[in-house]
Amino acid sequence: MKILVVEDDRDAAAYVQKALREEGHVVDQAFDGLDGYALAREGNYDVLIVDRMLPKLDGLSLVRSLREQEVHTPVLFLSALGQVDDRVKGLRAGGDDYLTKPYAFSELLARAEVLARRRSSGPAREETVYQVGDLELDRLSRRVTRAGQTLDLQPREFRLLEYMMRHAGQVVTRTMLLENVWDYHFDPQTNVIDVHVSRLRGKIDKGFDRPLLQTVRGAGYVIRDGAR
Amino acid sequence: MTALGKLVRTTAFRLTLAYALVFAVISAGVLGYVAWNGRHLVEQGMRETVDAEVNGLIDQFRAGGIRRLVATVEQRTRRPGSSLYLVTTFVGEALAGNVARLPTSVLTSAGEDPDTPYERLDDPEDVTHHAYVRVFLLPGGFRLVVGRDLGELNSLGEAVKRAFLLALAMLTAFGLVGGFFVARRVLARIDSMTESANAIMAGELTTRLPLQGSNDELDRLAASLNAMLDRIGDLLSGLKEVSDNIAHDLKTPLTRLRNGAEEALRVAKDPQQYRQALERTIEESDKLISVFNALLMIARAEGGRVAENMAQFDAAEIARSVVELYEPLAEEAGVSLSVEAPGSLKAHGNRELAGQALANLVDNALKYARSAEPSPSGAVAAVQVSARANGDGTTEVSVADHGPGIPEADRERVLERFVRLEGSRTRPGFGLGLSLANAVMRLHGGSLKLEDNHPGLRATLSFPPPFAGAAT
Repeated sequence: MKILVVEDDRDAAAYVQKALREEGHVVDQAFDGLDGYALAREGNYDVLIVDRMLPKLDGLSLVRSLREQEVHTPVLFLSALGQVDDRVKGLRAGGDDYLTKPYAFSELLARAEVLARRRSSGPAREETVYQVGDLELDRLSRRVTRAGQTLDLQPREFRLLEYMMRHAGQVVTRTMLLENVWDYHFDPQTNVIDVHVSRLRGKIDKGFDRPLLQTVRGAGYVIRDGAR
Repeated sequence: MTALGKLVRTTAFRLTLAYALVFAVISAGVLGYVAWNGRHLVEQGMRETVDAEVNGLIDQFRAGGIRRLVATVEQRTRRPGSSLYLVTTFVGEALAGNVARLPTSVLTSAGEDPDTPYERLDDPEDVTHHAYVRVFLLPGGFRLVVGRDLGELNSLGEAVKRAFLLALAMLTAFGLVGGFFVARRVLARIDSMTESANAIMAGELTTRLPLQGSNDELDRLAASLNAMLDRIGDLLSGLKEVSDNIAHDLKTPLTRLRNGAEEALRVAKDPQQYRQALERTIEESDKLISVFNALLMIARAEGGRVAENMAQFDAAEIARSVVELYEPLAEEAGVSLSVEAPGSLKAHGNRELAGQALANLVDNALKYARSAEPSPSGAVAAVQVSARANGDGTTEVSVADHGPGIPEADRERVLERFVRLEGSRTRPGFGLGLSLANAVMRLHGGSLKLEDNHPGLRATLSFPPPFAGAAT
């Protein structure tokens, strides 16, 4: 995955670059908005990680200009401004996701990977049947089966599983689940999401040898066929 | 700046000056018109009198010739008055009359002269008088001159002029003085407002502008400014509260964080122990971050910054989705969580913030639903969430539990930041949930009500009717 990080705080940029490289990604850096804009237009990146407050050209303008130039590389905004209206402003300017500082690196990584994957696979990813191992989810008939056995899921559990299977093999964090399955962007003080996931796990993994829904410590969850 | 310069610079002085000037110009116009009109009337009367006399004398002449005319003129000149008469031969020799000398040019032709210098016979000294005269040529070369002395008229004019100037001067003076005092009275109040404002700026933040109770424009202005100062004062004390809170309540977890790291350095022997210490550090700092976020959000909501993203949302949907979100957690805690939110209930506001406020209430209710002593019957503790529209257009979402509740005396206090009641200190949390919900509701122009649920607590989010008052 080829990632451009546009961030004027050099320490933060170096940290993100190093951590992303350890995950096996190719990372370029820009320290101001204009450099970032030039690189983003030329380089063929899978995802752009853009700070909102940048010298020379701020993040919002940078992304707006890119979109005007028909550059549709997914953008993940980083910002110390995290209120509801700030996030909406970022998304309106053409951003695809918004992460508030300070953030956990695992959160940044999970979101960047989901964005990049969306780009590489494109709309083709919108299949009607998702499959992970012997687990199948049919989006049209809303049926879920494991090894041919029909599983009885509540509507919300279905949406939870649907989201995780769309991003099969990728780590999804608790806040990503809250945002995408419940459409809330706040930080739940308690482990509400964990309880939902463990319930779902009880339904899809209980009684099977190979657990598909796995917990990634310190990051979130991933659904994958463990054999792979 | 000299005292005079200072005076000239005041609004009172300038206003007064402008008014006095306008006043003077108008009075001058009126008085001038009256004087001119009066003089015109007097002159016209004089002309008519002279005409009548001339006609009378010509009649005498026609009836009795020059002798009779001379006799009549001599008779008339004996009467005291300001009239003047003269009858001359064609060479200018005086036959009768009371005129001693008259410019010869006047006599040569018939007609009238509005202002002719002459001397009188009955005047002992050779004083030149002025008169309005009419000259008539009579058959036989005789000339008849009849006139009226202008002395009276002129002195009347002088008197009017003097009165006029005096009146003008007095009007201007009274206008200036009166206007100055009236303006001074008004501006003195403005000055006292300025003084109060300066005092406030100098740091006496509790000072307020003086009110007179007359409810005039200045009073209303002062009242508005006072209300503004109160609002600013509230915001300031809110800000101060936040900084105090940060000092008191964030230092503790920071200290814990630091102590943990220090201890790890001191005690830890192998990578495993270091790892654990670091993980604890991250966990603690995450907690701190979420406290910071909550504090910032409260401060922003309390600052009255209306989020741009106010729109119509469905309060019933929020109630259902939040309950759905917390349902598994409730089940795990052994609490029955139910919702009663039929159909859709339109409210105006921000779905995110409203959802978060409700989530905080549900979270609290679940925490306290199982009161200190579990019911002996083993009955399941219950939390009920309900949404409804009221007749007055408000939309309410309430969360009711049967936990320990909040004593009436504390219901105001728990809305403050970091306030945690005795008995709840052992439970997780920072005492921000209710403050946040309260701030969110204030931002919406609504309210958070805490009531007794007999037993337990009923917390109600009350949204105002759409478009009635999104901002407070």
